Amino acid sequence: MSKDNKSVNLIKNLIRSNIRQYGMFIALFVIMIIFNILTEGTFLRPRNLTNLYLQTGYIAVLAVGMVLVIIAGHIDLSVGSVAAFTGAIAGILQVKMGLPTVPTILITLSVGMLIGAWQGFWIAYKKVPAFIVSLASMLIFRGAVIGITKGQTIGPFDENFNNISVGYLKDILHIDGVHMLSVIIGIISVVLYIVLEFNKRKKRIKYKFEILPVGLFIIQLVLVSALIMSFILSMALYQGIPYTVIIVVGLVLLYTFITTKTTIGRHIYAVGGNIEAARLSGINTAKTLFTVFVSMGTLAALSGIVYSARLNSAAPSAGNLFELDAIAASFIGGASASGGIGSVFGAIIGALVMASINNGMSLMNLDISYQYIIKGLVLLLAVWFDISTRNKSK
Amino acid sequence: MSDLILEMRNITKEFPGVKALDNVTFKVEKGEIHCLIGENGAGKSTLMKVLSGVYPYGTYSGDIVLNDAIQKFNHIKDSEKASIAIIYQELALIPHMSIYENIFLGNEISKKGLIDWNETIVKAKEVLEKVGLTDDPSLLINKVGVGKQQLIEIAKALAKDVKLLILDEPTAALNEDDSENLLKILKELKNQGITSILISHKLNEVMHVADSITVLRDGQTIKTLDVKKDSVSEDEIIKMMVGREMTNRYPSRVPDIGEVVFEVKNWNVFSETDSSKKIIKNVSFNLKKGEIVGISGLMGSGRTELAMSVFGKSFGSKISGELFLNGNKIDLNSPKEAIDNRISYLTEDRKEKGLILIEDVKQNISIAALKNISKKMLINENEEIKNAGEYIDKMKIKTPSVEQLVGKLSGGNQQKIALSKWMETNPQILIVDEPTRGIDVGAKYEIYNIMNEFVAQGNSIIMISSEMPEILGMSDRVYVMNEGQIVALLENDDMNQETIMKHSIGHGGKSNE
Repeated sequence: MSKDNKSVNLIKNLIRSNIRQYGMFIALFVIMIIFNILTEGTFLRPRNLTNLYLQTGYIAVLAVGMVLVIIAGHIDLSVGSVAAFTGAIAGILQVKMGLPTVPTILITLSVGMLIGAWQGFWIAYKKVPAFIVSLASMLIFRGAVIGITKGQTIGPFDENFNNISVGYLKDILHIDGVHMLSVIIGIISVVLYIVLEFNKRKKRIKYKFEILPVGLFIIQLVLVSALIMSFILSMALYQGIPYTVIIVVGLVLLYTFITTKTTIGRHIYAVGGNIEAARLSGINTAKTLFTVFVSMGTLAALSGIVYSARLNSAAPSAGNLFELDAIAASFIGGASASGGIGSVFGAIIGALVMASINNGMSLMNLDISYQYIIKGLVLLLAVWFDISTRNKSK
Repeated sequence: MSDLILEMRNITKEFPGVKALDNVTFKVEKGEIHCLIGENGAGKSTLMKVLSGVYPYGTYSGDIVLNDAIQKFNHIKDSEKASIAIIYQELALIPHMSIYENIFLGNEISKKGLIDWNETIVKAKEVLEKVGLTDDPSLLINKVGVGKQQLIEIAKALAKDVKLLILDEPTAALNEDDSENLLKILKELKNQGITSILISHKLNEVMHVADSITVLRDGQTIKTLDVKKDSVSEDEIIKMMVGREMTNRYPSRVPDIGEVVFEVKNWNVFSETDSSKKIIKNVSFNLKKGEIVGISGLMGSGRTELAMSVFGKSFGSKISGELFLNGNKIDLNSPKEAIDNRISYLTEDRKEKGLILIEDVKQNISIAALKNISKKMLINENEEIKNAGEYIDKMKIKTPSVEQLVGKLSGGNQQKIALSKWMETNPQILIVDEPTRGIDVGAKYEIYNIMNEFVAQGNSIIMISSEMPEILGMSDRVYVMNEGQIVALLENDDMNQETIMKHSIGHGGKSNE
């Protein structure tokens, strides 16, 4: 009996410590179901879901960087302008100067990195509030993008550049209606996931830590595997996995690894959680903040690349209000406005929530004005929900 | 008894685990200057917070009788309405506003929401005159010195037609001339019928202005003295302030003391915000192997500033002086360099500066020594959990799991986690700043045991504490600080409460000029 109690407690703890992530998941699920009903089944069709992922891409890239900035206790308002500016740089490099795609991307990312370093310098070392620094950059780079494009749209890009946002993995087998390579990748991912989980469990047993009872462990494996497979199938049943999705999933895995498994990740949370305690614990707080902004700048450039590849052109007006979508995605994903709390995965779910609202309402042919209003309300309610659950758990 | 303006009857105020005030009775006569004295933590500030409504009616037991009527203050506004004004050590003036705006802040002279600025300026001049100021009331506060700011605070209170003025350590930040002037003004206000309660550590001031003196100790009223009738000496007052019995609340330790391991020489530190203000003045001290050295002194004497400036220059500006570790001169330019040299510092305020309350137990324990549980940059979470579990056992930390958020634990357990974090850095020298503040007796005893065990292994501790029995019960030697200087080193027979108190308040016998 005591063993039963123990596992019940274990589950309770698990739910309690992950309630926000579950909450977001449930919210996303509910939103998707509602739109599916309202659009009479169009929303959850593979074609639309693939489209939804592609629409989420450039915001998701920003949200991954933004959530780190927010965890560190800061904000970055400039990412939309920076994405537009770096997109224009890519346009000039490739369209005007005829550079191939790979050097174009590398140079563009380096420019983003430099912009991040510029912001990090003012914020981390000169102690100017991030709100001000990034507001300044928002203006500076919006001006710069209009300047270097001379107000003109630059395009079109090379085909392989364009493919970053419109291309799909090539298939190896040809079966009607199913993209087999995607299915194989899905199966490999599931196997990898299961192996990793078993390894983790073995290690915990070696350390004599508490583990989930076998039954629950299997339920967990099945549920997550099913999620992975349905995600893959939602693409395989259309045209396969888009390159954008590969970029985003790769980023999410990389940044989740950095934030949860490395010392630099731990430092970022500590700086946002209590900067004074972090400083006195021997953490170089300025260097940590600087790193976070360099990462943000680089990802803003990546977002700029993904966006201009999607449009196949770089426009001076690109990236408008991207920063707000990225910030909203982070907060909807459970990040705390006072820093120290948040997760990369949550931010991606948040980005999907925002994109689902956009997508669903467009399918319903609702006026753009409603989209803004609903998005605003969702952000407000999500953060209110977050604050109220946090107060209760005290 | 109608000549009493205030009577606080049987006031008891408890905080979780601590009785801050225990059946305190405090009577103030109309038109007198009544000094309230006692050690750090004796309950003076708590008593004044009860009186001013910061702790609302119902959170304490006992009665506040003002002008023969029982008062039930729920808010500081209520006590202000009853003509009580309290002026804190940290001034509450707004730096970018003018003197007259500050004087009438929250008490604006207005008709239908429109402020009558002309009338405001005229009235401001009137109250400024009462405190002996002739400055232009349109000067900005940040252009005015601290001494005058203190007087402006009093003027602000006078503008509210105050009858009972409470001043919490008003001269702590003032130089001698300003202090003298302030006390003179208090006496003049007394002649105008204003009663004052003065909280002060400076006995010479107290003897100079007081009509009566009430001594608090450990949350109890020890005695109220009528200065005119009773002739009292400063020595007798000091005895009342500290004269508690030393009980055996400290685990015994056979000291095994070796050579000097750490030495601070001619250490000078200036303020971070005002680089002309010297906070630490030419301090030198040393620490031996296996030793616990106490640093005693009143709040504001510079103990924490000294410790933090030594710990990788984490406080202050224009720091000069020399540090020697095991005979070698070292430079510590950041907390990381201090930690790398095996010097650690347990902060005074665990919530503000010590712990990350929104993170869990294991993360807090490992944060200062992540390299212990990681290879390259990669953290081994299982090692982290195991390591935290070991501290939970060793330190007897009461927590449901290593994944519990630290903010949800009690003060004693939080302090043990903070201590675990520093033990994990494997220090040779541990500076502990108020290591047992606000925690219960049982947890205190356990922390003392941990400290003793730590020095028994050949390490050393510098202990800063406001609790005199703790300093005396734990230390092998005691340095006493006063106004940024070390004014005494006490050993053996000299280590007693009276001597520490005498030096702390600048009556150590030797001249510090």
